[in-house]
Parts: sequence; C-alpha cells; structure tokens
Amino acid sequence: MILLQWTLTPELLYQAGTGILLFLLVVAAIFSVVQKDLLMAIVGTSLVSLILSVLFLLLHAPDVALTEAAIGVALTTAIFLIALRKTGRYEE
Amino acid sequence: MKKLLAAFLLGFIGYYLYTAFAGVPFGENKMEVGKDYLETTVPKTGAVNTVTSIVVNYRGFDTLGEVTVLFLAATGLGAILFGMKGKPEDKHREPSSILTTGAKALFPIIVLLGAYIFIHGHLTPGGGFQGGTIIATGVLILILGIKSFHANHALLSVMESLAGITFVVAGILGLAFGKNFLENILPLGTPGQVLSAGIIPIIYIAVGFKVGAELAGVLDTLMSTTRGEE
Repeated sequence: MILLQWTLTPELLYQAGTGILLFLLVVAAIFSVVQKDLLMAIVGTSLVSLILSVLFLLLHAPDVALTEAAIGVALTTAIFLIALRKTGRYEE
Repeated sequence: MKKLLAAFLLGFIGYYLYTAFAGVPFGENKMEVGKDYLETTVPKTGAVNTVTSIVVNYRGFDTLGEVTVLFLAATGLGAILFGMKGKPEDKHREPSSILTTGAKALFPIIVLLGAYIFIHGHLTPGGGFQGGTIIATGVLILILGIKSFHANHALLSVMESLAGITFVVAGILGLAFGKNFLENILPLGTPGQVLSAGIIPIIYIAVGFKVGAELAGVLDTLMSTTRGEE
C-alpha cells in the first residue's frame, strides 16, 4: 500500500537520476582502474568524465560541466590515445 | 604496529573533523561570501554570469597566472618533443572519406561554437578556457581527418603572443588610470548585452584565443611526432 502512495514528483526523478549517475560513476572508475587493456581503461576514464559532466549540469554548475565536457571527455582522451599509440596497448 | 598507528591517526583526524563540522547544517546556504557575490556582482561588474565575474574580475590576477601556467606547460612539451620523429615504418591507415568529409563539415561549426562561448563568456556559461578548448578539439578533428594537414605554428605563436599582450595591457590600463591592476576602467553598460561588463569580454576573448592556439599547437606537435613525419 505504501508503494501506491508513492508519487513520481520531478524532485524524486532528479534525485533518482543523480543517484543512478553517481553509481555508474563509481562503476566506471573501478572499471578503468582494474582494466589491463589500456585502451579500455582510457574509454573508462572518458566515461567517468562524461558522467561527471552530466552530474555537474544536474547540480547547477554549467560552467564546470562545459569545462569537464571539453577537457575531460575530448582533449584528455585524445592526448591519452596519442600517448597510447607511442607506447604499448597492454599493461605488463 | 604500523596499522595501529594509522588507525589511531585516522581516528584522531576524524574526531577533530567531526567536532569542527558537526555544527554546520548539511546542505544549507551558510556562506556569507557566496551570498554577497550573488547579490552584488551584477551592479558592480556588469556581468550577468557570476562565475565569469569572479574568474576575470575579482580573481583576474589568478586567471593571468593560470594562463601563464598553461603557456609554460605547452612550451615545456614543445621543448621535450622538439626534434623527435616518429618511426618511419610506423604506418597508419589513411583516414576514411567519411572522416575527411565529416571533419571538413564539422570544423567551421565547432569553431563557431567555441567563439560563441568565449565571446558570450560574461552572459552565458563558459568562457575563454572552455571556448579555446572547443576550438582545439576542432583542430584535432582536422588533424585526424585530413592527412596532409599541418598547423601553422608561426601563426599560432603570433596569435598567442598577441592575446597574452592584450590581457596584460588590459591589466596595465587600470594602473595607467590610477587604479589597481586589472581594474575595470571601461563603462559597464547594460547588464545582459554583448557589449557590457567593461574589460571582461576583452580579456575573455584574449584568453580564448590564447588557450585555443596553445592547445592546438600541443595537439599538432604530439600528433606529428607519432605520425612518422617531422
């Protein structure tokens, strides 16, 4: 009966979305640390930045979200990929 | 023994952190400085975006330092990679025609977005750093998509120097008028218009050019050393 009284307000949606994103953030971070294939690890860090950027937007910090999207998602990933091509793909 | 000491230290720090923050109610707006900025920034600086007014106006000297740090980092990278060549046998595939066409079509749009972000830095979220980075991303797409593309490093360094000089001159103008360094000496105008907030848009446009040129140069240097060209 308690479940029926539970209404779907915008605030609840906001909180649920933030919670899911925070969970995914931790999962992606652990994924990129554990991963032996460095290409996959770079994809993981990029994913962390992407989720973090959406979270910043949800927390009303659009300036930081823009910075995170431009630097964390695009530029850092590119520089890591260039460095990866110079070195090896797999961790020893 | 070591673990015991670590646990003891953690408990010690935790206890004092707890006593320090136990009185602060979680999530409530108790900060006087933040409130003051939010209330007085628009009449004082003419910038609608409070973050920009803090970054460029109240903390303008900090921003000059940040730009210098970025410049030093780019210079150091260039110095390390100078003269380095990739292996000639380091072949990589030709960019596909989809990537080439897409790069040509997307580059102007990305540059336009970056320029919009740093020109409207005092009105909308974002500013010189974000806009410059977006422009550098556009250059990265060009580098990836067009094989014969090379950034013009002479032009980039001229652009970067001019932007840096603009920033410093805008600061010294304040001194010349008998006020502080980076003081806003131009008229503030109506808040919300593009031509408002005094020297804030000038500085942010300079920062945008500087960051864009630096990061584009960094990416081009890195790419050409891994490509097997000079």
